[in-house]
Amino acid sequence: MLEIKNLHVKLEDEDKQILNGLDLTVEAGKVHAIMGPNGSGKSTLSYVLSGRDGYEVTEGSATLEGEDLLEMEPEERAAAGIFLAFQYPVEIPGVGNMTFLRTAMNSQRKARGEEELSAADFLKMVRAKAKDLKIDADMLKRPVNVGFSGGEKKRNEILQMAMLEPKMCILDETDSGLDVDAMKLVAEGVNALRDEGRGFLVITHYQRLLDHIKPDVVHILAGGRIVKTGGPELALEVENNGYAGILAEVS
Amino acid sequence: MALADVKQSATEARLAALSMPEGGCLAASRKAALSRVQTLGLPGRRDEYWKYTRPETLTAAEAPKASVFASDEAPMFNEFDRLQVVFVDGVFDADASDDLSLEGVTIDRIADICAQDIHWAKDLYGVLEARGQSPVARPLAALNTAFAQDGVAIHVTGTPRKPINLVYVHSAEISDAILHHVIRVEAGAEATILENGPAASRFNNCMEVDIADTGKLHLVRAQGRDHERRAVTHMFARLGSESVFKSFSLTVNGILTRNEAVIELLGDDAIAHVAGACVGDGEVHHDDTVFITHDAVNCESRQVFKKVLRNGATGVFQGKILVKKDAQKTDGYQISQALLLDDDSQFLAKPELEIYADDVICSHGSTTGAIDEEALFYLRSRGISTGEATDLLTLAFLAEAVDEVEDREMADAIVARLEGWLSRRR
Ligand SMILES: Nc1ncnc2c1ncn2[C@@H]1O[C@H](COP(=O)(O)OP(=O)(O)OP(=O)(O)O)[C@@H](O)[C@H]1O
Ligand SMILES: [Mg+2]
Repeated sequence: MLEIKNLHVKLEDEDKQILNGLDLTVEAGKVHAIMGPNGSGKSTLSYVLSGRDGYEVTEGSATLEGEDLLEMEPEERAAAGIFLAFQYPVEIPGVGNMTFLRTAMNSQRKARGEEELSAADFLKMVRAKAKDLKIDADMLKRPVNVGFSGGEKKRNEILQMAMLEPKMCILDETDSGLDVDAMKLVAEGVNALRDEGRGFLVITHYQRLLDHIKPDVVHILAGGRIVKTGGPELALEVENNGYAGILAEVS
Repeated sequence: MALADVKQSATEARLAALSMPEGGCLAASRKAALSRVQTLGLPGRRDEYWKYTRPETLTAAEAPKASVFASDEAPMFNEFDRLQVVFVDGVFDADASDDLSLEGVTIDRIADICAQDIHWAKDLYGVLEARGQSPVARPLAALNTAFAQDGVAIHVTGTPRKPINLVYVHSAEISDAILHHVIRVEAGAEATILENGPAASRFNNCMEVDIADTGKLHLVRAQGRDHERRAVTHMFARLGSESVFKSFSLTVNGILTRNEAVIELLGDDAIAHVAGACVGDGEVHHDDTVFITHDAVNCESRQVFKKVLRNGATGVFQGKILVKKDAQKTDGYQISQALLLDDDSQFLAKPELEIYADDVICSHGSTTGAIDEEALFYLRSRGISTGEATDLLTLAFLAEAVDEVEDREMADAIVARLEGWLSRRR
């Protein structure tokens, strides 16, 4: 599904290399987790995949189902099936959450040549999905993420994901800021979307989330590259011993 | 003091091209206004109050040409039940207008009043304009009082069931419309006035609004999309105790638009809001100049002006809150903001506070900014196109001004218009 080969990324405005030959393949139907020390390039990877400005790819490729992601605009990537649950969801005063969701859904449908969703169908769908995530009507009415608590923002990301039903879901530290109950809700939201045709890339620092969202593969990202890949036991090792051992072993 | 030569000759040239409508009960007011113009002289480039806006085309003897704008849209406010009063190139059009009778209000033409010896409008016509000449001179308003061809006198004595819509139609490529309206709202009465349409190639509009204790007036104005218009408007309002005046202007494009609002809060507990949302694309100059005087206790005033500018458009805001010595418990708020969609556009702002009372809350702020890139990326990452995302953020920026329109249906109609305008320019 998602294939990243030898990806080198530097900052556009600075002479700073962040990703240094990253290789990663996420198959449809699988959940891959990425762990790694602060500043190792995890969020950068997620931004580069979703098309944020400010980064320059100097080498390598990234494709989704064979299509070159790096050539596309962010909105085209979204329509192609990329979704990023942001580490820091953005507040947008003046734009209602519902308007935002509906515009997003219909834009993607239009881009794919599908019919727009009727107002009634949209409402029904959003109400049901919001309920599962314990997002109340008031939060839906408010401007996007404005005045939301940290945990509410993360749940709002998962709501968007549930509505948009992307092919490739990238979750950047969606567990940070969540209490135990919210973590379960979010994990349930993600698990409900698990499907043969869908891939997940879950960035996290903690084993906790992976107790709920069972990964098929765990990668360690350090210094802008995947330095080790293993099964769920790798996450446990990080949890127990930190990164020192693993990093020493690979270098 | 004698006027500078340049000013003197420019003023004389302009006055020579005009003729004062004859007689009736407004004759004395017109004459007095003419002498104000002669004393003050018309605005020139050197005048501090015209530092950001060039007055030449507004003061020239001849009105500049403007092609008649062919709109493909339904007229603004079309979906609302309203009483229409139509002016074509500044002249009342009885056939196009509705019957002017409506319960709770009487509407008379200024041109008719000029033929009468007595009329209530005599005590208002030119009176607020004259008061508004100090501390800052507004000679184009005095010129208007002296030479207005037409207009209406609206006397609100009850609560009319529908708004009164002043509809302006531009017909001749060179047309020089001067309209003067006077509005008196009696105690306990409440009305809504709507204004829209491209009045003429050059338009000088003046409105004097006198609101008695506990009276309420809502004014919603739409200017544009006639690109080539040159317009100067003045709105003078005087508010009694517990009265409310709310005004909102929606402006799109226009080579030159200067909207002045001069408001005096003279009775305790009065409320005045003036707001404007402007979208300018290309050769556009839009100037909001506001002067609010608090001269009573516990009054509230709000100025909310938002401008979205691109492709070389210029926005101007000059806004002042003057709080007199005894105007304790004043609550004054002023915000003026521009969203610049490119580097070619500019916003010039001069916010001012002058406060002589000690127990007041006054805040003011002015900002110039661009589209928030973080927000834009967030929206795009959800599949929303750059154009549509920019429009969403632009509407969000304008929302605080549009929210000043109390009637929700009307506010929604304004947002729908804005959406349409923005999307056609993507
Ligand atoms: N726009 C930027 N400007 C300057 N430095 C940047 C920028 N984006 C990323 N970096 C730097 O690149 C490195 C990788 O950052 P990134 O946010 O990808 O790390 P991360 O692995 O997500 O870290 P964390 O676990 O703390 O979230 C860091 O050193 C960071 O400071
Ligand atoms: Mg990060």
